Amino acid sequence: MTPVTFRERANLDIGTHKAAANDVSARRLHKKRAVAAAEFSAFESTRDRAREIRLHTLAHLDRYLGEFADSVERLGGNVFFAADAAEANEYVTRVAGEEGVSLAVKSKSMVTEEIELNHALEAAGVEVVESDLGEFIVQLAGDRPSHIIAPVLHKTRQDIGSLFRDELGVDYTDEASELNAIARRHLRPIFLSADMGISGVNFGVASTGSIATVTNEGNGRLTTTAPRVHVAVMGMERLVPNPADLMVMFDVLARSATGQRLSVYTNIVTGPRRPGDPDGPERLDVVIIDNGRSRVLSSSASEILACIRCGACLNVCPVYRVVGGHAYGGVYPGPVGSVLTPAMAGAEGWADLPYASTLCGACQEVCPIRIEIPRMLAELRAEMGKESGFGWLRTGLAAYSRVASHPVLWRAFLSAGAVFGKAAGRDGWIERLPFHAGNWTDYRDLPAPASESFRSWWRKNRAT
Amino acid sequence: MGDYRRIVSRVQLFVTCLVDGFFPDVGRATVRLLEAQGCEVEFPVDQTCCGQPAFNAGYRDQARSIAAHTVAVLDETEGPIVVPSGSCADMLVHHVPDLLPDDPAARRVADRVRELTAFLVDDLGVESLGRSGPDVCVTYHRSCHGLRNLGLSGQAETLLDGAGGVDRRELQGTEECCGFGGLFSIEMPEVSVAILEQKIENIEASGADVVVGGDVSCLMHIGGGLHRKGSPIAARHVAEVLAGES
Repeated sequence: MTPVTFRERANLDIGTHKAAANDVSARRLHKKRAVAAAEFSAFESTRDRAREIRLHTLAHLDRYLGEFADSVERLGGNVFFAADAAEANEYVTRVAGEEGVSLAVKSKSMVTEEIELNHALEAAGVEVVESDLGEFIVQLAGDRPSHIIAPVLHKTRQDIGSLFRDELGVDYTDEASELNAIARRHLRPIFLSADMGISGVNFGVASTGSIATVTNEGNGRLTTTAPRVHVAVMGMERLVPNPADLMVMFDVLARSATGQRLSVYTNIVTGPRRPGDPDGPERLDVVIIDNGRSRVLSSSASEILACIRCGACLNVCPVYRVVGGHAYGGVYPGPVGSVLTPAMAGAEGWADLPYASTLCGACQEVCPIRIEIPRMLAELRAEMGKESGFGWLRTGLAAYSRVASHPVLWRAFLSAGAVFGKAAGRDGWIERLPFHAGNWTDYRDLPAPASESFRSWWRKNRAT
Repeated sequence: MGDYRRIVSRVQLFVTCLVDGFFPDVGRATVRLLEAQGCEVEFPVDQTCCGQPAFNAGYRDQARSIAAHTVAVLDETEGPIVVPSGSCADMLVHHVPDLLPDDPAARRVADRVRELTAFLVDDLGVESLGRSGPDVCVTYHRSCHGLRNLGLSGQAETLLDGAGGVDRRELQGTEECCGFGGLFSIEMPEVSVAILEQKIENIEASGADVVVGGDVSCLMHIGGGLHRKGSPIAARHVAEVLAGES
């Protein structure tokens, strides 16, 4: 049976090899972030500034989108606003048709995962090859990414060595440098023969029309410069007003993501090839996607659109660490996904995601933009609780609410608990309870209620 | 935040629902600690719960009803309201005023709420308590809401280290969640205990005999996990250890 809830999906992965690999790597990334944060004395104030910029941009998004589109067009690029995934895919497929594209190479992009662009292009007869090492592995394995910046966080080097041996016919190795070299040899001719490069966009700069992408592999630079057509696909919220703001984002993004001061390749593309340029694409199309973001912008979760996709909230999340990214079901895993996915797509099928959190607050603590993820999770619970599959809480909490709002009922409730505690506890511990309370005792013991409540003791000993 | 050192004589104890019904020893220890500092402790008898279980589960009307009752009860009293729980204190300080925006009493109450260890260290200036209990080897778990939402920064550890007879061992990952998460613990029990297993590994590695915390809710989860696996390690509230009862 296909798992349909977070709990079911999580239970498939908890305790597996995959979850263990995920936990180790998430903790490693988190530790690197901590080191990078500690050595940059202006980190906290830069985070404050980054938050201001992102919230300001969202508050004036219409204006900045217009400015960005004008800037791109002035440089000779095309801009297409797509209301949803279908419109975006149709547009990119049309461009591929116009340009006679048979092979497209892609650099890493979450938004193209979101709209399932590869499927659409392949259905139109265009071969699509992922060039980000992680995405390349995902594509070879027929798997799905499990992390925003590290798609194969759930795989070990040994897993990848076996995959390359089986799928690429090479000798087994689990040396990272050799695995890299294998992928490089495989991908290099593809870069050179591809007619279209498809990239994501880390940031669009409204005032200049520039597109910034950050990678550590150089594949992004090849994707956006070698093929004669470059299609950049971006969520409509991914803007900053001007180049100075972009520098602030660079100061926090790589540090938060991988603990680097700056990613190895920080690429800023401003328009297609100009006369006299030695390289660059002849044609540039920027596809700006809504796909539910307008709905988010007018919701209680609008702040989640300020996310810059560093993945720090995943790496620190106790839930993400033990379940991995696939349990979240959607494209965006972890705390950010638990807000973004239901906020974008609606409650149907996703209403239990806001419950996939202990509300420990570690995500907000590390978020470079200080996004109030726990607050939004709690608000989404209030909005989607009925459809979450946790409706059984309602009866119990309604009764509890009545009791806890009336001191006389509360006293009676505690007295009943004390009687129950005397009767049910063996050594003061309860090992088995019926119904949903079994969700506690199936997994750990429950202390029995006290045979005398605090208030009862107070009344006998202290009350005047 | 006022300096209560000179003016405190009377404090209100908001004991929390779990301490009231499940862990009255923690309430008694809290009373003893406060009285030892010269406080006159009052217990507003009509108090019930802060409403957090309903609030975190997304049932805001139910949470509002409980919170309104609690605010009304506490607003009739005077002086600091001491809470032996970072999580319930956080609820009263941050979420209840948001739930009851039209009730000025909610803000008045929020301004008076103090988490127990922060009250002792920051408001009363206590560093050494002169504990007289059996020697004990402990490790301290920093529960999330006190740590991140109230900004507690080692007050409990200061008190433990200044108390006599307490050997405190470092807890690896002390700032990591234990996996309790309120009703999360029964909504997604497998995830909850998978996180707990990591916490228990670190507790065991610390070499301590007692894991200490400032929230009985997390301790109920941690202690329940330790007991299920037959571990000799006990889970105790910081007030119990400081009062010499552990």
